[in-house]
Amino acid sequence: MAISLLKRLVRSLAVLLVVTFATFCLMFGNGPGIARAVLGMNARDADVQRKVVTLGLDQPLLVQYGKWLGSLFHGDLGASFFTGQSVTDALSTRVPVTLALVLITLALTVVLSVLFGVTAAVKGGWVDRVLQFLSVLGTAVPAFIIAIALVFTLAVAWRALPATGYVSPDISLSGWVKSLTLPVLALLVGSVAGAAAQFRTAVLDTLGRDFVRTLRARGISERHIIFRHVLRNSAGPGLTVLSLTTFGLLGGAVFIEQVFALPGMGQLANQAAQTNDVPMVMGTVLVTTVIVLIVNFLGDLTATLLNPKARTR
Amino acid sequence: MTAGPAAEATLTQPPARRRVIVQLLRNPQGALCLAFLLLVVVVAATSPWLAPTGPTTTQLSASNAPPFTGGHLLGGDSAGRDILSRLMWGSRQTVMACLIILGVSVVVGVASGLVAGFYRGRFETAAGFASDVVMALPGIVLLIALYALTGPNIPVAMTVFGLLIAPTYYRLVRNVVLGVRNELYVDAARVAGLADLRIVGRHVLWAVRAPVIIQSSFVLAAGIGIEAGVSFLGLGDPATASWGTVLQNSFDGIYNNRWGVLWPALAISLTILALILLGNALSDVLQSSARSRTLTPRARRAALAAAQQEDAGRRSAPAGSPDDIVLSVRALRIAYPSADGEIREVVHGVDLDVRRGEIHGLVGESGSGKSQIAFATLGILPREALILGGSVLLDGEDLLADESKMRAARGRRIAYVPQEPMSNLDPSFTIGKQLSYGLRAVTSLDAGEAREQLVGLLDRVGIKDPERVMELYPHEISGGMAQRVLICGAVASGADLIVADEPTTALDVTVQAEVLELLRELSRDRGLAMILVTHNLGVVADLCSTVSVMKEGHIVERADVETIFEAPQQAYTQELLSSSRSVELMEI
Repeated sequence: MAISLLKRLVRSLAVLLVVTFATFCLMFGNGPGIARAVLGMNARDADVQRKVVTLGLDQPLLVQYGKWLGSLFHGDLGASFFTGQSVTDALSTRVPVTLALVLITLALTVVLSVLFGVTAAVKGGWVDRVLQFLSVLGTAVPAFIIAIALVFTLAVAWRALPATGYVSPDISLSGWVKSLTLPVLALLVGSVAGAAAQFRTAVLDTLGRDFVRTLRARGISERHIIFRHVLRNSAGPGLTVLSLTTFGLLGGAVFIEQVFALPGMGQLANQAAQTNDVPMVMGTVLVTTVIVLIVNFLGDLTATLLNPKARTR
Repeated sequence: MTAGPAAEATLTQPPARRRVIVQLLRNPQGALCLAFLLLVVVVAATSPWLAPTGPTTTQLSASNAPPFTGGHLLGGDSAGRDILSRLMWGSRQTVMACLIILGVSVVVGVASGLVAGFYRGRFETAAGFASDVVMALPGIVLLIALYALTGPNIPVAMTVFGLLIAPTYYRLVRNVVLGVRNELYVDAARVAGLADLRIVGRHVLWAVRAPVIIQSSFVLAAGIGIEAGVSFLGLGDPATASWGTVLQNSFDGIYNNRWGVLWPALAISLTILALILLGNALSDVLQSSARSRTLTPRARRAALAAAQQEDAGRRSAPAGSPDDIVLSVRALRIAYPSADGEIREVVHGVDLDVRRGEIHGLVGESGSGKSQIAFATLGILPREALILGGSVLLDGEDLLADESKMRAARGRRIAYVPQEPMSNLDPSFTIGKQLSYGLRAVTSLDAGEAREQLVGLLDRVGIKDPERVMELYPHEISGGMAQRVLICGAVASGADLIVADEPTTALDVTVQAEVLELLRELSRDRGLAMILVTHNLGVVADLCSTVSVMKEGHIVERADVETIFEAPQQAYTQELLSSSRSVELMEI
């Protein structure tokens, strides 16, 4: 088991290197272009040339990438081309906002989608039909449209909650909760709808397996069959659903941060990309990839721990 | 054998496959979605002529105009542009994005999936790794990063999105091809000397087309969301209208014209909804397998009422005297709803009596309904099954009439030995745990007592070192041991009647003999009655005292075992006997 986990870890690191190198080449491949973007379109060629050298963009890509990796180990991701702010500093204030948004939504998604998914699968009949219908509706409307609808009804029309902006928990905990309520709600609709539908399928698959019939035939109550046996055996596919949900939430957060003006990582990436601030963009790509890989790894680890076949090998 | 009703339904499938499009149009959901999507495409194609104004035409009268005013049906945005016109022009970008995404992802994903599945080898390994890497990419962040490189360029962004989503096709197609590849017809084609490419073209492409079409509709739904989202973030070309940019502009001006956001939001959501529903409808039409569906409660009641009416005229043999008869099945009718909404009866009014200590063989071909009877006596039929009528009397009490009586009897008085030992143990719990859960559900034993009793019983059913086996997981024991464990689980609670569904079919021949011997001993020692469902007449001759022969949901002959083997009355029984003899000869 330890060996297979170690293999996965090595594989994750390889993926990280491939992704960052590919992004790095794309981003830094056009040195003069970057320098011109930094200096403005009317900059003279000589100035552009000088800027290329000061930014270190004249060196071979591999060398640049090596330097970037090297300073990465010292926790240094370079500085913004424009404000000169250190990328790690910028990320350290941005990442917690996005993580809070994603993790709170994820926790609520787990509770609600398991509840709805299991109910739909076990109850069947009209409960199942209604939940399935709502699930299609929920997946059809993109998170940013739900966000706009929430802003429109709750914030603009009723003025019940703050429409946009972010309050740090250090300043006011209740303000923080309020500022995150609508964003979490907006992300939650789609993720619960998607995850519940997949949990439903997973539970139905397990319910259709032979051993469930045999357990029933032994006189075990339906409640015990569902909560002890079916849920336990649906956990594996359920974990896959959850890691996919997390990726979906990370992507959705980018739009949600835009709608609610939350100072998260997605907003940073968007601003940096629109201003051609390459080190900043690189930093956000790195952090997102690392988060995705960690989630994948944790998912694999939990799946291994849950599966007696993998665990006892 | 739940295959029973399914197999029957397959036979009654319409012989000629109707054209998919015709079926889709007959499905109201599919027709509606197709019509809506067609409308979007037509608007996109004709917007230069149809749209009231150009995409960037500004008029003072339209500035923040509310809907339905001054010739601006959906109102205007803060820059004075007509929202309806911009949405009509924007649909061009939506359709273009769809074409690019579909083109790139289908070509890359399907081609690599075909090659990987068909030739395997190194290409498959490489493609697998590439697909894993791409799936691990933070898609939307990459699309944003791309902006820094290309500027506002939706076609490039959509090409990249197509590449990012291509692995979903790759995985789908590769898996389908791997399945098809091993099937006989591809082998036969290869032997016939057809070139590889033509094999791929003719057989494999045919097999992957349905899943690819269904998948495409979900991919497009995701693609439209991404295209709108990217434009909404402001990464689109401000000079071209798109639904996402209209949404963004209207959102920026939400305090001046609150209705402006409604129209682009509706356009985006409804199109995505139409694609998802179309995908669901397509998978209903293209993959409408023989799988039966659960009926709505109303259809269920109607079917039961109709069956009761039919039954009113029929007479069934009176139930046997309760003294020596443990189980008495009367006029039992079981049916399944089929995919086309009809109700197919698989057991047509069956009577069956089992006496104390009797081992009653229930024989017949697969699909003859014998397993259905077994499940019905235990109340463990699948949810979609319909019991149209009849009774299951255990010591004179009707279990079908009273769900609580059935629950009380199940596991306590009637026990079940399944067919396939490995799949009938819960893989996530140790043998000891799952046996103990079952035993403690029907007795008042505490954990220690249950364990002690089970260890003794495991020893009795011939498992060596039962203490250790209690701690093992199902995947750590052999099939023969698993079947002994399941028999132990069935007899542990001291039931009067065991229903054994093909208990030896999945086992090796030597193990088969041992398990049959065990069943015989248990029946003798404990005075157990047993219903033995099997298609193997050798097993019947070995173990049973009486036999019922089933054919197409009827019991065609019933007699003691000597009579059946020496003087079978029915032509079908004779046929069954002679075919089983010829099988035995071949095996020798």
